[in-house]
Amino acid sequence: MSVTSYREALRQAHREALASDPRVFLMGEDVGRYGGTYAVTKGLLEEFGPERVRDAPLSELAFVGAGVGAALGGMRPIVEVMTVNFSLLALDQIVNNAALYRHMSGGQFSVPLVIRMATGAGRQVAAQHSHSFENWYASIPGLTVLAPATPADARDMLAAALAHPDPVVIFEHVQLYNLEGDLPDARNPDIHSAAVRREGRDVCLISYGGSMPKTLQAAEQLAREGIEAEVVDLRVLRPLDDETILASVRKCRRALVVDETWRSGSLAAEVMARIAEQAFYDLDAPLARVCSEEVPIPYAKHLEDAALPQPEKIVAAVNSMLGRAAG
Amino acid sequence: MSIAPPPAGPVPYAKELSIDLLRDMLRIRRLEERSAQLYGEGKIRGFLHLYIGEEAVAAGAMRALRPEDNIVATYREHGHALLRGVPMRSIMAEMYGKHEGCSHGRGGSMHLFDAKHRFYGGNAIVGGGLPLAVGLALADRMQGRSAVTACFFGDGAVAEGAFHESMNLAALWKLPVLFCCENNFYAMGTAIERYESQTDLCTKAASYGMRTLRVDGQDAVAVHEVTKGAARHVREAAGPCFVEFQTYRFRAHSMFDPELYRDKREIEAWKARGPLHTFSARLKAEGKLTEDEFLAMDREVAKEVGDAVAYAENGTWEPVETLLQDVSTGAAPR
Repeated sequence: MSVTSYREALRQAHREALASDPRVFLMGEDVGRYGGTYAVTKGLLEEFGPERVRDAPLSELAFVGAGVGAALGGMRPIVEVMTVNFSLLALDQIVNNAALYRHMSGGQFSVPLVIRMATGAGRQVAAQHSHSFENWYASIPGLTVLAPATPADARDMLAAALAHPDPVVIFEHVQLYNLEGDLPDARNPDIHSAAVRREGRDVCLISYGGSMPKTLQAAEQLAREGIEAEVVDLRVLRPLDDETILASVRKCRRALVVDETWRSGSLAAEVMARIAEQAFYDLDAPLARVCSEEVPIPYAKHLEDAALPQPEKIVAAVNSMLGRAAG
Repeated sequence: MSIAPPPAGPVPYAKELSIDLLRDMLRIRRLEERSAQLYGEGKIRGFLHLYIGEEAVAAGAMRALRPEDNIVATYREHGHALLRGVPMRSIMAEMYGKHEGCSHGRGGSMHLFDAKHRFYGGNAIVGGGLPLAVGLALADRMQGRSAVTACFFGDGAVAEGAFHESMNLAALWKLPVLFCCENNFYAMGTAIERYESQTDLCTKAASYGMRTLRVDGQDAVAVHEVTKGAARHVREAAGPCFVEFQTYRFRAHSMFDPELYRDKREIEAWKARGPLHTFSARLKAEGKLTEDEFLAMDREVAKEVGDAVAYAENGTWEPVETLLQDVSTGAAPR
């Protein structure tokens, strides 16, 4: 057990993957000489050379598509798309090729491709660099979508994704790279299950990725107010682990989803629909959510803060659900 | 559009290869004529894009490639799949949507796949196959294989960003991609001079620093020779090459196309350059083919088509219970 940053855990995962499997290579913008936009891949070019740590031109469509082709050709590519915002330029290759090849070919071809991308807001980089589109990707059959929220998941999910025979998209929230946490020696290869991060009984808070620290912070505040919140980390956004979600909801009888995607059509909406479909009669209160406001993410700090889920909003929403005045 | 005279002159091959090339083209032609008929009968649904008129490209090019090479094609790919070795019966069964089809009925006409023959589709997004071809070539190079990835696409794809990004990446990384541009002068219903600022497609490709070649796509001999040379260059120099095959689609873009955008005289002029009749005339002129031999070949091909249709007719529908199969490995997504 050691304390490590999310970034360092990711780097370690890349180093181990490149060292252990000659089919693995890394490709993306500035992953090599620059060291990665978020410094995740720093030092890997020197260690593994330019054939396996490939700086790509600013051609998201081509290098993501090349990742699909290389995966079809027997390699295990890790493609880093600098941010989810730029992944829109590669969407055709992700949706029309990576996700569909197994099915369109009647099961003859699989695309063992891992696509990593930074996501989310909170750094005052304004509307075009602050998107969260996890919900879009999580709606596509053929993709597995992961959102590591801890250094341990950041390390272990990469290896599990590489072992998966179908395309996996990994979302790394920009606010998490500096997050420090315990890195157990034991590996967790699970990319199927949600995880209960905090035990509670009064309300179930469901979240993932960059909203997890905020949700845990809100749970601490609620505890000080005498409310024991259980916190579920979805971890896997597609396919969703209904079982873990529903077990927690049935135990707490109240549920609130925290999700940085825009409220309309959010991933939260999907989670809430599943709860309503399967656990409606176990609920003591209407479901609730805290999502991003329906506005492009503004530059000014106070406005950006106001647009995003925040611990205070979560606490207020729980209090409202419990019919209490804010504490 | 200036239209060259029909391909002519001796066919510089032994009788066997000459006849093989003719049979290749005839097999595509008869398969597709029957497909169009079956479409009218409602046996084949969805989109059906016919290659009729362009057969010399697939015929000449496929015989220039090796079994270890990869093929990436478009939604107008019946001919490429067939000549790559995908059995006609499994192509027909696929168009019927039957489980016996080469994509088990999940793909249809536009998504023919065959792993055994390294046939990677059947891509129905214009330009969508190019980045994928670059990746297949990258995988070959990283694994020390000397394969060529032949990527077929139409002139319409040249206007897509995917074309330019892929050309750049393949040239930059010196990847063994053979870019095969089937220029039939129309992007669906829009003529090339109405959508390209530069209609010389080789000039575009050359700007990426790769070798470019232009060839009469109605002449199976010219296609075969140029593709052979280009494939050798790609294999030996381990860098990409761009070949423009100038050809023409005799039928509509798809079965829904009323063809309001083409001059009938232009179509007739290109039909005079038809790849099949000009080639068989050349063979007959030099005594490599008699009319009787041609008719015997046609009967043989008709039998193959008839067998393919019977196979498709007798094929089975996949049970709906397995609907969610082949989406992801393991359990169906929840």
